[in-house]
Formats: sequence, structure tokens, C-alpha cells
Amino acid sequence: MQSKSTYGTIAVKTAVLVIVALLLFAPFLFQDVRALEVAARICIFIVLVASYDLLIGYTGIVSFAHTMFFGFGAYGAAIALRQMGPGWDAVLLGGLAGVLVSLVVATAVGLLSLRVKAIFFAMITLATASVALVLASQLSQFTGGEDGITYRAPDLFKTATKLMVDEDGKVVRLFGVKLNGKLAAYYFVFFTSLALFLLMLRVVAAPLGSVLKAIRENEARAEAIGYRVVAYRTFVFCLSAAVASLAGTVYAIWLKYTGPDTTLSFAIMIDILLMVVIGGMGTMWGAVVGAVLMVMAQYYLRDLMGAAAEATANIPLLPELLNPDRWLFWLGIIFILLVYFFPRGITGTIMQKGAR
Amino acid sequence: MSLLTLDHMKTDIGQYAVLHDVSIEVPEGGVFVLLGRNGAGKTTTLRSIMGLWKPSPGTVRFDGTDLTGLHTADIARRGIAYVPENMGIFGNLTVEENLILATDKGRFDQTRLKRITTLFPALERFWTKQAWSLSGGQKQMLSVARAIVEPRRLILIDEPTKGLAPAIVAAMAEAFTEISREATLLLVEQNFHFARSIGRDMAVIDDGRVVHSSSMADFAADKPLQDRLLGLS
Amino acid sequence: MDRISDIMGRFGGVYLLPLILAALAFVLIGAPSSWATLTVAGLAMGMMVFLMASGLSLIFGLMDVLNFGHSAFVSFGAFVAASVLAALSGWLGADNVLLNVAALSLAIIAAMSFGLAAGWFFETVIIRPVYHDHLRQILITMGALIVSEQIILAVWGGTPITVLRPQFLEGAWIIGDVSIEIYRIFAFGLGLAAFIGLYLVLNRTRLGLLVRAGVENREMVEALGFRIDRLFIGVFMVGSALAAVGGAMWAGYETLITPALGGEMMIVVFIVVIIGGLGSIEGTLLGALLVGLTANYVGFLAPKLALASNMILMTAILLWRPNGLRPAVK
Repeated sequence: MQSKSTYGTIAVKTAVLVIVALLLFAPFLFQDVRALEVAARICIFIVLVASYDLLIGYTGIVSFAHTMFFGFGAYGAAIALRQMGPGWDAVLLGGLAGVLVSLVVATAVGLLSLRVKAIFFAMITLATASVALVLASQLSQFTGGEDGITYRAPDLFKTATKLMVDEDGKVVRLFGVKLNGKLAAYYFVFFTSLALFLLMLRVVAAPLGSVLKAIRENEARAEAIGYRVVAYRTFVFCLSAAVASLAGTVYAIWLKYTGPDTTLSFAIMIDILLMVVIGGMGTMWGAVVGAVLMVMAQYYLRDLMGAAAEATANIPLLPELLNPDRWLFWLGIIFILLVYFFPRGITGTIMQKGAR
Repeated sequence: MSLLTLDHMKTDIGQYAVLHDVSIEVPEGGVFVLLGRNGAGKTTTLRSIMGLWKPSPGTVRFDGTDLTGLHTADIARRGIAYVPENMGIFGNLTVEENLILATDKGRFDQTRLKRITTLFPALERFWTKQAWSLSGGQKQMLSVARAIVEPRRLILIDEPTKGLAPAIVAAMAEAFTEISREATLLLVEQNFHFARSIGRDMAVIDDGRVVHSSSMADFAADKPLQDRLLGLS
Repeated sequence: MDRISDIMGRFGGVYLLPLILAALAFVLIGAPSSWATLTVAGLAMGMMVFLMASGLSLIFGLMDVLNFGHSAFVSFGAFVAASVLAALSGWLGADNVLLNVAALSLAIIAAMSFGLAAGWFFETVIIRPVYHDHLRQILITMGALIVSEQIILAVWGGTPITVLRPQFLEGAWIIGDVSIEIYRIFAFGLGLAAFIGLYLVLNRTRLGLLVRAGVENREMVEALGFRIDRLFIGVFMVGSALAAVGGAMWAGYETLITPALGGEMMIVVFIVVIIGGLGSIEGTLLGALLVGLTANYVGFLAPKLALASNMILMTAILLWRPNGLRPAVK
């Protein structure tokens, strides 16, 4: 099923292209350190959300274990880099270990879904994820417990590394930006994220995408036509787990720190849910839009709320609700309203507008 | 005037159009049989009458009142009982509880109860047992019994003999004949021989349309017609 | 596996499981006095979790509604009760049993009333618009859970709150070697009373009959002439109120509560509902007792495994009975 080239679709695709361009040239467009952090986070979350949308939007599977797989990849790389030192072998080993563990767990959970109802599946993923969270805190020898692990990234990504040197031995600047290890690290994040995102686009464009949609819409009919629904579901679950794991590995390398709060926490799971709903389920473009909006909101909405809280200091309760720490309250309300009125998210609604 | 009139009923289930154009007039009294192949739309017709699926467009008129669009519970309260294909027995409830749910006031009318236990003695034996422990035939009896706990004008019955032993089918035929003295039965059946033995009027549905309607006697006499419409050979 | 099921079936079926568990623990723990304390703690915890979970099970069984925000009622119940108890601290500390009881009763009634009101609001505003869409239900109710936690943080703040207990419930009974906390007996008693109350309503009233039938086959109940959707709001409100009372009891049990309470209990409640099977309070009670006992026994025997023990229990039971131990629908 080709999506119609409606005005809406074109508008969304253009927006996505603009976003990708902005991310590509981010180091040159936004010269401050914080902006680069935001950009990297957006890249990673686009992959995370897209892989989650594969589950929930395309196949109709609700899972709360996504951050667990993200964590497997992150901790895999972190532990490897910590134990083996900052080399590419550690990155490879850690990344691979993360993917392997994710696949094993995903297969196990996927097979369990054979025997239980869909709603139980959601609850089971929730329980599994919380166990993983607890294990991460408790097995502190490996995982650094609550405090997490810090480690060094491969030398290529060290800020001091000079990618290109001029005659004086100083690092070359392009448009005012130093061509150093930090830049290399950012582009590592950007290009791997891009690769993973394109991979998923390919997956849903292939016949697989239509099969998934058929399964989501009418499982009984799909089964009757001859598709082994359970096999497809398990496959998609494993695929999205593997992608999330790889995203985790990349994130771990970028942050040079991994802990329960950066990877496994439910706050992140909720973020992903918000992004997927706001952006739009069932379209990969939605992942892009959702991730961008949410990450920006996280960073800049708080500042806004802080100002608003001061302005309303005399009214009861309102200042507490406008306290920047309570930004999730407003986001939660927006989330609920979106699920009611715009179940297809921003991109979904826009894409439909053209079709009328 | 007929008791039940279906007028150009069209029912879609999701994106699938199941009934295209069904018009039937069911006279009061006796047994009216709906025949047809598998998947022809017989069950859908009953469910549409009962309001479980909404026909649009088309109307359902019962005793002069338009039932289309009413809530299932309101339709039931107008005097229509429903014995579904899967029997709709509440397995966790006892036989007594299953039956008492069908009463208007939470109490049994003793005369009617006696009639039920005479027609279906097995039910009395299993009175306090949970319904899931009944056999297939007994569950069917319970489902039918539930429909006559209180007097009803019209009883919709969906494939009551499916999977039942011949002896039980015979008992069922007797029961229906007895029940039809008091209520009109609209019976969906694939078992033509059973249908023929108790039916007074009939119609054949094929691919969501009524392709034939007449008295049962006329239809039973026309063998070639039966072969053509029901695929019996 | 099937042999075991047959043997168990002859002696009461799955209801034997808590007894088997307790017996197993007795062997593993060795010291009878420790075992006794742990068992009482496990039963008390089980009863409180039963209160929290019973609503969820019935609501899903009857209404086919997935309320991922159910544990918000638990949180609110805990905090509302704690506030009432704090406001009536004078009555609680007094040596007068009547004042103690009054304060306690008011706290529980406050939690229950809040649960009823919140349940009404929740069902009308949040759930009803998305009745037939499971996916949106999960999302919306999760959103509601987040918003609820934020409201609690805004109103009560983030620091843990101490919960005051009435004088006459403090302390423990010493029987020989065994020390049994009085509060735990109270919690167990209250939970049991609630279960009996629910059981009587479900099994001896026409309303209960409708609920039990509706849990199995909603359509057929409607075909019998009942507007069962009018029951929904009532069932939802009662279920939420029960959860709130469960939260209130939990607050007294833990004596220290944080806004994260709801989130913490959510997993436990879900596991109980899955283990017990949807739609029956017997199943929920069974699941709750098993979870409560397991948590306490494992917490003693192998503390590191404590939090994973629920998961392991759930997986084991699901492999044996994929629909839970005693679901309503067969």
C-alpha cells in the first residue's frame, strides 16, 4: 500500500528532510555545547522511537520493555569499555553482547506471548523491565549500581584528538568549528542513527510492512490467509529490540557514562511513549517529529515553566504545578488530549489532511 | 400483519458487507425456518434483529414497532428471546442461576418451571451444578429453557442441533413443537431434515440475500429446488 | 504436570497452592517462630494487595477495560489517609480507644470516598471515550497515571511522609517465641472482611449475578434484557474505592510513603491479576496471597532474589496455566 502523495504527506516529508539537514549540520549551525548534546540526543531518540513505533504503530504490540533493550546495549558497551579499555574491540564486543542478550530476552518474551493474551503481554513486559531495572541497581560490581559507570570512549572521539592539523600543528577549523574528536563523535552518532533509521524504513516499505499492517488490523483474517502471526510478531519484537540495543550502544559511547537513569528508567519509557503518540503512530516520520518536539520541550519548556511559576507565585497550587519539576504534569495532559483528539499524532493528522 | 418484518436489511461487519438485502415476513405462530449454506448470512440476520449488529440501511419491525437502532437490552425487553449459536451459557453460574437471570422478577413462575423440567429433565438433575460441567446437548437445552422461563412472543434460535446426538435432536424437535404453541420461533438451521419436521414457513438466504421463501410444505415437495438452493445431493 | 494437577484437583485444586507454599517455606526456613512471623506478614501483605488488585480484575473481566492507571487510586488512597491521620494526630495518640477507632475509621472512609469520586471521574472522563480501543486505553490510562503522580508531588511534595498509626494498633502480640504485629492482624482482618463482603454481593445478590454473568459473556446478558453498561460505572467506582482503601492500609503498614508508591505497587498488582486470572475475586485473592507469601519468604531466604521472585512466580504459573489460576471465563 503506497501512501498517497497528498499535500500533507509532502509537507511532513519536507519537514523531516529539514530536520535531518539541521541535524547533519548541527555542529556548524549551533555553536554551543548544549545544542550538540540536544542534537545527539535527538538522533538517538529518533532511532529508539522509530523502533518502538515498529512495534506499537505497525504491528499493534504494546510493550514496556523497550528501554530494557536500550539498556542492554548501553550497559554492554559500558562494561566492555570499562573492563577492556577504550578501544574499538570493546565497542564491537559490547555492542554485540548487548544485541545478543536483547535477542535472547526478546525471543523468550516473544515465545511467552504465544500462550497469553495481548494485555498480559503488556503487563509482562512491564514486569520484566522493572526486574531489569532492579538488577542493574543491585549487581553493582558489574553495573555500578545506582551511580552507573563512567569510562572513556575510543581515542578518535576524544575532544583533544585532532582530525586535521595545519602547518603549525593546530587543529583546523571549518566555518569556525574545530575538526576534533568531539565532532567525530557527533557524526558517529548521526550516521549510525541515520543508518539504523534507513534500515527500518526499508523494513516497513518491504512487503513485511503490509503484512504487519494486516496483522494489526485483523489478526484472525491474517491468520486465515496464511500468515503465521506469532512468527511475525516475534520477529518484529526481536528486530526492534536489536535496534534499540544498538541505539543504546551508540548512546553509551557518546555520553561516556551509563546508569539506570540514562537508559533503563521508566521516565525514558514514558518519553518514548509520548514521542510516539505526539509524533504519530504507524509512520516513521512521526518518530522524527515526535523525538524533536519532545527533546526540545524537555530542554526549553522547563525554562518557560520556571518563569511562569514565578509570575503566578501568589495563586494557591498553581505555582506548584508550574514548577519546572512538574513539567511531566503538563506533558501528561497534552499526551491524554492527543490520544483523544489526534490519535494519529501530529504527522498522522497532517498526512490525512491532504487526503480529504 | 406479520409479527416480524425485515425490510431491505443491509448489515456490514467492519469493512465486510455480509447482508446485502434481506427482506422477510415472519407470521405469528409456528416455526419459521431460515435455511442456507455456511456463511450465507443466517446468523448475521438473527444478530441484526437482536441489535447486536446494526443494520444500515434497512428496518426491523416487530409487532408494529421499529426496532432498528435500539439497544439489544431494549429489544429483548420487547419480548424477543435469543438462543445463540454458541449457546451463551454462563459456565461459572449454576443451572438455577442461569435460568433465574432470565426471569423478570428474580423468581420463578412455578407452572412454567414445571414445564421446563418436564421438557428437559436433565436440567433438574444438574440444578445446582455449574453450567460448564454440562454436556453439549444439556447446554443447548439450558439455552432453550432460558428462553422460555418467561413468556416471549418471538424466540430466535441459531443452529440448535449442531453437533448433537440424534436422540437429543429428536427431543429438541418435540420441545420446539411444544414451545411453538405459545411463541413464534425463528429458527436458523443447516440440518434440513430437522427443519422440515417442525417448520411451517421458510426462507433461504444465500450470499446475504433472500433467494426463496414459501411454506415449508411447498419447499419440501420440490426436490430439485432443494438441491439447487441448499446444495444437497 | 497433569498428574500433579489431578492430585491437587482432588484436594481443592489451586486453592491448595498457598498452603503448599507455606509448607515448603516451613521446611526451608527451619525456625518456626520466624516462619510464623513471615507467614503473618505475607498474609497481611497479601490481603492489602488483594484490596488493591480486586478492582482491576473485576473491571477488566466485566468491562474489558485496561486501566494502567489503577495504581493511582492506591497512591491517592495512601496520601489522603495519611493526611487525615496527621490532622487527627491528637485522637490517634490518645489513650482512648474510641478516639483511636474514630480517627482510623475517618481515614479509611476518606480514602474510600476519594476512591469512589475519583473512580467516577476516571470512568466518565478518561475511560468512556476510548471504550473499545485497547491500545488507546493503555496509553490514556498511563498518561493519567503520570498526571496523578505529578499531582501528588505538587500537593504533598516529594519528601516521604510519615504515617501515624492509632495507639491500639501499635505493638505486637507475643505468643511463645513468635512475635505478631497487631497492625498486620488488623490489615488481614479488614481485607478478609472486604473479600467476604464482595463474595456475598457477587454470589447472593441479583446484581452480583449480573456481574458474574457479564464477566463471562457481556453480550448474552444484554440479550437477556439488561443494560449492563449502567453497571459499569458502579463497578468501576467500587473497584477504585477498594484500591484506595488498599493504599490506605499499605500506608499504615509501611508508615513511610512516597509518591512513587503507585508505580511500585503497579507491577505487583498486575502480577497478582495475571497470576490469579481475570474477572474473579477468588483468583485475585489467591494470586495476592501467593505474591505476599512469596515476597516475605524469599525476602528472608534469599534477599537478592526478592524482587525477581514475583516475576519467577508469575512465569512459572503462566507456563502451567496460561490464563491464570482461576479466571472467570473458562
